[in-house]
Amino acid sequence: MSSTEDVIMAIPRELTQNPLRKIWMPCKNGLPDKHISQKRVCMTNCPTLIVTVGLPARGKTYISKKLTRYLNWIGVPTKEFNVGQYRRECVKIYKSFEFFRPDNEEGLKIRKQCALAALNDVRQYLSVEGGQVAVFDATNTTRERRATITRFAEQNGYKVFFVESVCEDPSIIAENIVQVKLDSPDYTDCNTEEVIQDFMKRIRCYEKSYQPLDENLDRELSYIKIMDVGQRYLVNRVLDHIQSRIVYYLMNIHITPRSIYLCRHGESDLNVRGRIGGDSGLSPRGKEFAQCLGRFIQDQNIKDLKVWTSQMKRTIQTAEALGVAYEQWKALNEIDAGVCEEMMYEEIQEHYPLEFALRDQDKYRYRYPKGESYEDLVQRLEPVIMELERQENVLVICHQAVMRCLLAYFLDKSAEELPYLKCPLHTVLKLTPVAYGCKVESIYLNVEAVNTHRDKPENVDISRLSEEALFTVPAHY
Amino acid sequence: MYQIELTQNPLEKIWVPWVSSRLRRRRGSSVPQFTNSPTMIVMVGLPARGKTYISKKLTRYLNWIGVPTRVFNVGQYRRDAVRTYKSFEFFRPDNEEAMKIRKACALVALKDVFCYFTQDHGQVAVFDATNTTRERREVILAFAKENGYKVFFVESLCDDPEIIAENIKQVKLSSPDYVNCDKEEAVADFLKRIDCYRLTYVPLDDDKDRYLSYIKIFNVGSRYLANQVQDHIQSRIVYYLMNIHVTPRTIYLCRHGESELNLLGRIGGDSGLSARGVKFAEALGTYIRGQCILDLKIWTSHMRRTIQTAEAIGVPYEQWKALNEIDAGVCEEMTYEEIQDHFPEEFALRDQDKYRYRYPKGESYEDLVQRLEPVIMELERQENVLVICHQAIMRCLLAYFLDKTSEELPYLKCPLHTVMKLTPVAYGCEVESIFLNVEAVNTHRDRPMNVAVDRDPEDALLTVPEHD
Repeated sequence: MSSTEDVIMAIPRELTQNPLRKIWMPCKNGLPDKHISQKRVCMTNCPTLIVTVGLPARGKTYISKKLTRYLNWIGVPTKEFNVGQYRRECVKIYKSFEFFRPDNEEGLKIRKQCALAALNDVRQYLSVEGGQVAVFDATNTTRERRATITRFAEQNGYKVFFVESVCEDPSIIAENIVQVKLDSPDYTDCNTEEVIQDFMKRIRCYEKSYQPLDENLDRELSYIKIMDVGQRYLVNRVLDHIQSRIVYYLMNIHITPRSIYLCRHGESDLNVRGRIGGDSGLSPRGKEFAQCLGRFIQDQNIKDLKVWTSQMKRTIQTAEALGVAYEQWKALNEIDAGVCEEMMYEEIQEHYPLEFALRDQDKYRYRYPKGESYEDLVQRLEPVIMELERQENVLVICHQAVMRCLLAYFLDKSAEELPYLKCPLHTVLKLTPVAYGCKVESIYLNVEAVNTHRDKPENVDISRLSEEALFTVPAHY
Repeated sequence: MYQIELTQNPLEKIWVPWVSSRLRRRRGSSVPQFTNSPTMIVMVGLPARGKTYISKKLTRYLNWIGVPTRVFNVGQYRRDAVRTYKSFEFFRPDNEEAMKIRKACALVALKDVFCYFTQDHGQVAVFDATNTTRERREVILAFAKENGYKVFFVESLCDDPEIIAENIKQVKLSSPDYVNCDKEEAVADFLKRIDCYRLTYVPLDDDKDRYLSYIKIFNVGSRYLANQVQDHIQSRIVYYLMNIHVTPRTIYLCRHGESELNLLGRIGGDSGLSARGVKFAEALGTYIRGQCILDLKIWTSHMRRTIQTAEAIGVPYEQWKALNEIDAGVCEEMTYEEIQDHFPEEFALRDQDKYRYRYPKGESYEDLVQRLEPVIMELERQENVLVICHQAIMRCLLAYFLDKTSEELPYLKCPLHTVMKLTPVAYGCEVESIFLNVEAVNTHRDRPMNVAVDRDPEDALLTVPEHD
């Protein structure tokens, strides 16, 4: 951007408030004008190519998938490109490690082609489809391969950030193979022994030609080197906001086995009356749930469990029944429904039919007047997610919209799916990280509660009839 | 059926168990636990490597986000012990007399660290000294271990002679040690002082020190090495250190132009600019263009009045929801008179502790700081920025840059139509206040004398500024 002295004195434009997101935008003749302001902070001004580096079984795909999930959740369109996947599509059947021998010319040709095909798709994603970050997941262990990628990025105006994973601990590598390689499509008809044997030989094929990122030779590159699964990090030339956030994220994740328990507060007095928001206490059934939750947690026998609540009465009352220390987070408070706080859906339809329809049209981006949107929630929950990544066993007692956001992060749900995820009262979701994702177990604690889930109705038009709007409202007193 | 009675603390609106008997221990903490034991941050590095700069800046940041932190600068202890500084000879490794004094100073400083943690409820102590020998670091580690403190080392390495020369110019020439010397003398002496340390300097070692927690900063941030980061606070410290820079730049803070609600003496809301507010916006545009700032970024909140103000400048701006004014909850769009009328107790509680006071269904200054932390982090990353925000927001941001306490923060003067120009210099920030010559109402309400809940309305309203 050039110096401000070049700009001619402008007449301030009129502002209009976008009815969905409640964002003030300049307008001309009553219509939105060329939008020169951005709604949120600019992460970066050009697309970023994240390039993994490392021997097989160093967690590159684990990191790629996790990072992609995190970036998409915070609103940065990201996609991963796994070159091994391209290789599997090209060479239909995997025979053995021999394919990866450095003297296998046929193999080398195919592997190079696959890398180039993947880069082509990267270009499509970043330059044509509007993607912001592409994660190029491959070994990229030679300086030569990395130079090819850097040239490609330069030609297309992408920034490059390398993520190298270095690990020599044999037990970690063995665990890695057990977790994700045994189930690989490459090894569908092999037994465990065979897989391990073959894979170890595969790793050896790469070892000879492996040129790690070098402090001196690569001092102009932007990268993070992760050593021994996070014992130590070397960070070089972080260029912009998105790279800084990526580094912070990578430095906070770990692979220690643990479980995250998510549940809502017990049924509240306002729940029973079909009213949203507010700060009411638990109903008698809600109190019963709290006690059941206490018993459930005790039976689970969890080591060093941390318990988090919001700062709203109903989650704290629920936690009090557990009889253990807990931390209150304001960031876990339920979505602020602004002028609609403590209303029933029927009342919202009566007083704000337009708002009600807009919400059904785009529930993720819709912001209540003087309130929040799901999109706002995600932004305020980001520090909670970051701390959840740092922690081990945690129970989060929160609220419907908040729980949907957290769940969407762990289960990689899109912005479209997120606001409709089912998070019923009196049900605990137990999340256990496994392989590249999360195992979910849903445990209903057998205490009746109202249903608070309102599905998207058929008709979302602002001209719809009241009955059509209220079709999917759950029953209440 | 058990009874979980909760009561809401009237000041902060935090729900706590209603303690009917003294035996019931409060289980909930309302602030996320950053760490469970005090932490010592120990600086490591040759002189003129930015240790004190980092120490002060980090301390300011940690205090602002609510972690009680204090710097213990061993050089300061040395100056108190040895009244007059003669020359670099004091620092010669073979000067036994001086060695004794320097070691004694370090131990006195450690003793003060102990007092800070045990008596003053400190959570983080920054031990600012060269700590360049393994032996000295062992002493500190032993002290920490004995007392159950965590230790996190911050080492700054730099071999760029230009950076070191600039450092000496910025902060050493004005040091009490060189108060009667001319520039040439001071520089020459200081360079010899650095040489004294160089002989015995043993940097943190990748191998020998692999079980220590530390960050190594190379050449003012082009590279970092982080080892064994143990907990949340260390992770936040690493993130902060990796985002700060020393490139000269300027931060401009101002409020939106005068709004319609400002004129009526009403707080909060989302009104547009008054006629004078529009004039200010135009004056702001002229002022900014006159400053000829390279690559200026402009940030506003999501509220109409800041965006209208930015529109007048005619360049792209970014809207941050985090910059929205404090949510006054049930008091939104009220005048102070109406608040006194409808919520006299709330009004009094606010005067009793304006930083921690949370409006019913609204926010406190303490909440604001938490939501502004990402803004501060991004401000640290950026260079030239103009932030068009609101009164309470600007107070929080200003408190961060000018190291104001939570008691002072809510009463900082941030009048309408006045730009604060902040320029980092030496260990702090230079402030310039520029009134853009467009009249506006005063929106600053001082703390009244009487803050008791049973006070008369006149006592409460004594300090309310004039309005229509």
